[in-house]
Formats: sequence, structure tokens, C-alpha cells
Amino acid sequence: MIEPVFFYAALIISIGAFLAILRILLGPTVPDRVVGVDTLNTLVVAGMVLLGAAYDRTIYIDIAIVYALLSYIGTLIVARYLQGGLK
Amino acid sequence: MIEYLIYAFLAINITFNLLGSIALHRFPDVYTRLHGATKCTTFGTIFAVLAVVTHALYRLHVTGDPKYLQMALHSFVALVALLLTNPVGAHAIAKAAHLSGYKPARAVIDAYEEKLGGEEE
Repeated sequence: MIEPVFFYAALIISIGAFLAILRILLGPTVPDRVVGVDTLNTLVVAGMVLLGAAYDRTIYIDIAIVYALLSYIGTLIVARYLQGGLK
Repeated sequence: MIEYLIYAFLAINITFNLLGSIALHRFPDVYTRLHGATKCTTFGTIFAVLAVVTHALYRLHVTGDPKYLQMALHSFVALVALLLTNPVGAHAIAKAAHLSGYKPARAVIDAYEEKLGGEEE
């Protein structure tokens, strides 16, 4: 059973994700692009939880948990690389 | 009746997530963009998960299917993971941007730079 309200909410959140992708493509400096990727990760987690409710599948929400933890590790590694290794 | 609560949660979620991604384009430099985007999207995602938890608990009350209890608990775990990791990631990005030499645009006072200079002297 599809709950249409959650599906439309996820659709509007994907517009915000498109704006974040635009910042990744346009960003004048490297930290601007990293901020865009961080925002995109949070929006993907929110959209995936909403799609899990829309399509009535709990497995989507499990994937959202794993995606949140892995994107955190990726952000930390890119930040370490930006500040010039382990200081 | 409970539908209106879910609609209100989803409206707050959509408003704050869109404000967060618009803030990426309306602010001048890295630090203010990070400030707008991280706070707004974290607050919006809290309400997305609250809407899903309310929906799942209501379906559990109506149908009695334990699948919906699992859905509520797992989305709450996703919220906890996001709340623990998002501020730490934003802090790491801001510190790395400052250490790699990107200055705040149009800033008069840079207190972190003064603190670093005072420690070195």
C-alpha cells in the first residue's frame, strides 16, 4: 500500500537535494563542495526514511541507518584530507 | 485526526529542508553556508522521522502487525545516528576549512585566528 503523502514529501525533498547538487557543481572552493555533499547526505537519509514509509518497506530505513554512518566516516576523512593529514 | 498531525510534521520537514538547501545558495562563504545548511536539515529530518514514527505507531494500533513496530524503532535508530554524527561532521569541516586557509568573507573579527596566534607566540 502506497501512502501518497510520504511519497510527495520525498519528492519535494529531492528538489532540495537537487539544489545541494547544484552547489556541489558550482562551488567556488573545495570546502563549499564538501558542505554540499554533507547537506546531500542528510537529505538522502530523510528522503529514504520517507520512502520507506511510503512503500511500506522497513529495509529502506535500515539502508538509511547504514548510509548515515558511512557518510559520516566519509565526511571525516575528507575533512582530515583538507587540513593536511593527521595533525 | 492523526492524519493532520502527520501533515503538520511533514510540512515542517519540507519547509526546513528546503530552507537548508536554499541557504547553500544565499550565504557568501563556507562557514555561514555550513551554519544554515546543517542546522536546518538536521531540524527538518527530526520532523520527517517523527512523522514516520507517528504513522507506524498508528498503523500498529489499527492493524496489530509487528512490522510497524519494527519500522518505528528502526527510523528512531536512524534519527539517533544522524543526531550523533551530523554536528561532529560539520565541526570537522569548519575546522579543516579554517586550517587550510579559507577566511570568512566580510568578517571583521576572527576570534579563532587570534586564539591560534596567541598560542603560537
